[in-house]
Amino acid sequence: MFEEGVIPLDIWVSRFVDWLVNNHRDVFQAIKWPIEQTLNGLDTGLNALHPVIVIAAVAIAAWRFSGFGLAIFSVVSMVFIGLLGMWADTMTTLAMVLSSVLFCCLAGIPLGILAARSERFDSVLRPVLDAMQTTPAFVYLVPIVMLFSVGNVAGVLATIVFAMPPITRLTNLGIRQVHPELVEAAQAFGATEWQVLVRVQIPLALPTILAGLNQTIMMALSMVVIAALIGAGGLGSPVILGLNTLDIGLAVVGGLGIVLIAMVLDRITQSMAQKK
Amino acid sequence: MKRDKMDKIVVENLFKIFGPQPEKAMELIKKGHDKESIHEKTGMTVGVNDASFTVQAGEIFVVMGLSGSGKSTIVRMLNRLIEPTAGRVLVDGKNVTAMKPDELVRFRLHTMSMVFQSFALMPHMTVLENAAFGLELAKVDKDKRKERAIQALEQVGLEGWADSYPKELSGGMQQRVGLARGLAVDPDVLLMDEAFSALDPLIRTEMQDELVKLQEKHKRTIVFISHDLDEALRIGDRIAIMEGGRIVQVGTPEEILQNPADDYVRAFFRGVDPTNVISAGDIVRDTYPTILITKTGSLRAAHELLSSSDRDFAYAIDAQRRFLGIVSSEGIQQALENGAKDTPLSQAFIKDAHAVQIDDSMQDILPEVASWSFPVPVVNEENVYKGVVSKNRFLRTLHRTEQDRAEEDEALEARQEN
Repeated sequence: MFEEGVIPLDIWVSRFVDWLVNNHRDVFQAIKWPIEQTLNGLDTGLNALHPVIVIAAVAIAAWRFSGFGLAIFSVVSMVFIGLLGMWADTMTTLAMVLSSVLFCCLAGIPLGILAARSERFDSVLRPVLDAMQTTPAFVYLVPIVMLFSVGNVAGVLATIVFAMPPITRLTNLGIRQVHPELVEAAQAFGATEWQVLVRVQIPLALPTILAGLNQTIMMALSMVVIAALIGAGGLGSPVILGLNTLDIGLAVVGGLGIVLIAMVLDRITQSMAQKK
Repeated sequence: MKRDKMDKIVVENLFKIFGPQPEKAMELIKKGHDKESIHEKTGMTVGVNDASFTVQAGEIFVVMGLSGSGKSTIVRMLNRLIEPTAGRVLVDGKNVTAMKPDELVRFRLHTMSMVFQSFALMPHMTVLENAAFGLELAKVDKDKRKERAIQALEQVGLEGWADSYPKELSGGMQQRVGLARGLAVDPDVLLMDEAFSALDPLIRTEMQDELVKLQEKHKRTIVFISHDLDEALRIGDRIAIMEGGRIVQVGTPEEILQNPADDYVRAFFRGVDPTNVISAGDIVRDTYPTILITKTGSLRAAHELLSSSDRDFAYAIDAQRRFLGIVSSEGIQQALENGAKDTPLSQAFIKDAHAVQIDDSMQDILPEVASWSFPVPVVNEENVYKGVVSKNRFLRTLHRTEQDRAEEDEALEARQEN
């Protein structure tokens, strides 16, 4: 029955992307600009800092939010990464993760707040988030490369697409979970909608929002290798290189770096969420 | 009972329909359909159906009803946490229902505050911050805010807990914070939505007494929502009884108890001991002669009065109608036979006889009524004589409320048999 495709969706999509590339290049350059600036700034900054300062900063954060144990673990992990010769790649990965997470928050938290306030917006947003999370990254890697060319920025953009849903979803959930009588009480005492949001809903949703932040960071780290496919640097590139040249040792070293940095970031953000 | 007769809140023909097309339901209501048939026809719920009442300045006005009777909806329409479908709410003559959003915010900031059944304290703020919440929203500056919040906490006896968090406090203490938050903004009107219902019975009574005490010090207009009749009788100056979104009766506890509007109201009052609710003032009658004593009074004049009035006792009062004492015809006769002087009359006063207060309950005056051979005199706070309560009158009042209840029982039994 369906021997031949009748709807030429593939042709339409290709034509559409071509049309975008040819006619709206400036729009995509404008989107690219802030991401590029943030990423380059962080990348040069982190790589310029002496490793001791970076390690000390991470250790202090770990100690403040969690305790002595996590601080030791962070120091050992990062020193180990440095001894593996992965320091520069790790800093690049960190810069990419931080900048994609920053833009995920900038876009994702307001979207989550809007979704919590409007059922209609929520019902539109939900399938979009589903698609962002489940569409295989390879599907949107090509258009991203066509629109933004290869490199770190394209990698960060692909990461944002994949990593934004959790923080949006959990912001939405966190605000919806605030007891309606607390909102009612604030209104009864004359709070405006903005005051209700800032003084009551966001502070009470904060643990949930931070859990979303943790998820977003983890998903951003899981995109590091895929981003390397489109020319992004960092810990993903030794893994891809190892894969292509069957150099198992190189791939393991890169992979270990990702796992260690993931564990450190995960524990720190988790304890941030619990502390709230 | 003294009451300031100024109308603070006027509610006129207030309706609330829950559902997608309230206009449709309103039309059906105008055609005379009731709540059930509207729900059947349209699926919409009539929350409040044509409620009108006034709350006077300085009184505690209790809105009482079972759950689903619309009482929580009505209180939320007073500050428009719920928008009325139709009707008006006037506070100090200002139409709350017509206020624009910014006017409404100002109204809520300064005129009306609220205490909630679930306390609704902000868990991320300290007790002090919670108490100061309304002031913070009103942008009162920090020092002033703290000062007033502390004062409010002092009023409810929690000044030592300012830096604690709500979850460290017991339920009763949490609701004190809720009350302090309501008092801190110094509102004209305090709305209390089942404020004490979530507390243990013992704490609840304590809080009720405290509210009444606070009210004595500083008269506020309080609209108190309750499903608990004892609570309503304990604190309410007046009570409105709601059933199925309608207000079935408004009146003082005594008025409602003595004259229930319908079976629903009567059923509400089943099991209430009327002697706790009906006061001496409610059943006092001025049926006995009074003797006005201008200087000293005269035994003979009193004797004359008593024999002509065909009563055995007379009540002596002064020019300001203040109660002085009681004389009996027998006592005066005896005194005269024993050759007593004509004046003063006070030598013939019955020993140990005293007056009871106008707001003493029937329960309170029972010992006097039972043990004295003469009717018990009743006075107000200024000792002004108001009349007497006779044994006869006392028993008849008891009998009537008993009878009401017996009829109710019979009706109930008849219904069960069917």
